[in-house]
Amino acid sequence: MNPSTTESPASPLDPQPQATASPVATRPFYWSVRRELWENRSLYIAPLIVTALVLFATLLGMFRLPGKMRALPADPAAAHAVVVRPFSLAPAPVMLATFLVGLFYSLDALYGERRDRSILFWKSLPVSDRTTVLSKAAIPLGLLPLIAFALSVATFFVLLALSTAVLWVSGVGPALLWTEVRFVQEPLIMLYGLTVHSLWFAPIYAWLLWVSAWARRTPVLWAALPLAIPLVEKLAFQTSYFGALLKYRVTGAMAEAFAVSPQRGGSGTLDGLSQLTPVRFLTAPGLWLGLALAALFLAAAVRLRRNREPI
Amino acid sequence: MACIEARGLRKTYGSTVALDGVDLRVEEGRILGIVGPNGAGKSTALNAILGLTPYQGELKVLGRDPWTERDRLAAEVSFIADVAVLPRWIRVSQALDYVAGVHPRFDRAKAEGFLAKTDIKRSSKVRELSKGMVTQLHLALVMAIDAKLMVLDEPTLGLDILVRKQFYDSLLNDYFDQSRTIVVTTHQIDEIQDVLTDFVFVHRGRIVLESSMEAFESRYLESMVNPENLAAARALGPIHERQVFGRSILLFDGADRRQLAALGDVRSPSIAELFVAVMGREAGETQGAPA
Repeated sequence: MNPSTTESPASPLDPQPQATASPVATRPFYWSVRRELWENRSLYIAPLIVTALVLFATLLGMFRLPGKMRALPADPAAAHAVVVRPFSLAPAPVMLATFLVGLFYSLDALYGERRDRSILFWKSLPVSDRTTVLSKAAIPLGLLPLIAFALSVATFFVLLALSTAVLWVSGVGPALLWTEVRFVQEPLIMLYGLTVHSLWFAPIYAWLLWVSAWARRTPVLWAALPLAIPLVEKLAFQTSYFGALLKYRVTGAMAEAFAVSPQRGGSGTLDGLSQLTPVRFLTAPGLWLGLALAALFLAAAVRLRRNREPI
Repeated sequence: MACIEARGLRKTYGSTVALDGVDLRVEEGRILGIVGPNGAGKSTALNAILGLTPYQGELKVLGRDPWTERDRLAAEVSFIADVAVLPRWIRVSQALDYVAGVHPRFDRAKAEGFLAKTDIKRSSKVRELSKGMVTQLHLALVMAIDAKLMVLDEPTLGLDILVRKQFYDSLLNDYFDQSRTIVVTTHQIDEIQDVLTDFVFVHRGRIVLESSMEAFESRYLESMVNPENLAAARALGPIHERQVFGRSILLFDGADRRQLAALGDVRSPSIAELFVAVMGREAGETQGAPA
């Protein structure tokens, strides 16, 4: 698991070597991403720990599973919800964990290297500020969602296997489980959900990266400053536009990309491809405004890194 | 083509002038020492040369504008800021992997060769290494880069004398040749005097003295004058005078060696002694000048 022990970097997934007139082809972007993984092992360790905890918790819950399956509600929709709920819930903590890890990572990414002066070493090598900033942005926007996806899918199938085994042994039989749980759709929905959230949250991560490139101290305070604006706005103008904007940024991906109708009694299960609304998501102005803002923050972070000195 | 060519180089931070019109020309194959008190503008000058900071005036490094062409220049210039900049979390093997992965002119086998002569383990993290070992590691990485220009900013700060000596020995024996240029700033001038081919004194953002070592050795003489000859020696116009054990040591610029020999023991001064003399003069001028 530890990437530091791998000696050979050869991988077909590597980005194209940059066009330079150099004798040896170099891969600055690829190595910059690997460097982030060396430095921030929490990027994969934290999600792994959360996954382990979730699996442990579900293992404990397995004792109640046969009883639950015997006493299913008569209404097929309600019964479906009871059966699939653990499968929809189990990946959630992992996704939340990668989201939080991404926040903390972004906030330190361009601040830590200035604080420990290692920026002077990185800058002594032919890796441009743009490559560096983009490789750091790729962690919360690309790599962490991938890690979350891999672990979520793994959790999902481990859960399925465990449930099957328990039901088999208890004599209930796994037939109902296998007809109700949609093991093709669920992973697809996870992938979709992670993708839309990555795009939707891009301005948040980019903002944090910008703050980490800009702040001379306590980046966390500066980063949290926008959270105080709604209060100021309320006091000064008795309005709450900015607060609504922030709320939309946090919850908007779910609202725009999914059509979940929480009916009374049913708990709004999310396991059908028909519940995905990619067209509405892709045509939401909030998405594109957010991406434009993210691009702006990243461009500003590149400029800042070029000019900033160690602190 | 000169390796570094600066004309009227200026840099200000707010109202503080860090570089005040620096003219400098460093030819290929030279080892230039930049000497100056703290805050004289040494690091600013190096940062400008490396393209790490914007500046006013003209500056060409290896024929390129360092600020606008930094990314391309970075492949041809290597740089050690000081010993404390290697990231503490990185493993030796990772550092080798990374530099090999991003630097087109890095010769990994060469770096491994340098490391084989040390006690540094591949699996060690930088934070586990002693200060001297970190320096050896950094030097191994940088010497394995086939760069035309190497910039060293206080590379031996905080190291003991054995490591400092080792540092410059390997730099000269294993790295330097006529096609490379080295620019170095340090406070330990005496230790690198034998290494340098040229030096400049920087004070308040300006170059106050510029000389090659050959010119320095033929131009400056120091004489330990007996008290009875002091007046005669002073008449020859020393640029500096200091007292050691009741005897006066006078520093002369372009004096006749035989004439001095008649007044006391004559020897070549060190750069450090000249530096003290020149800086004393500069300080005197500044104090005398109207505020």
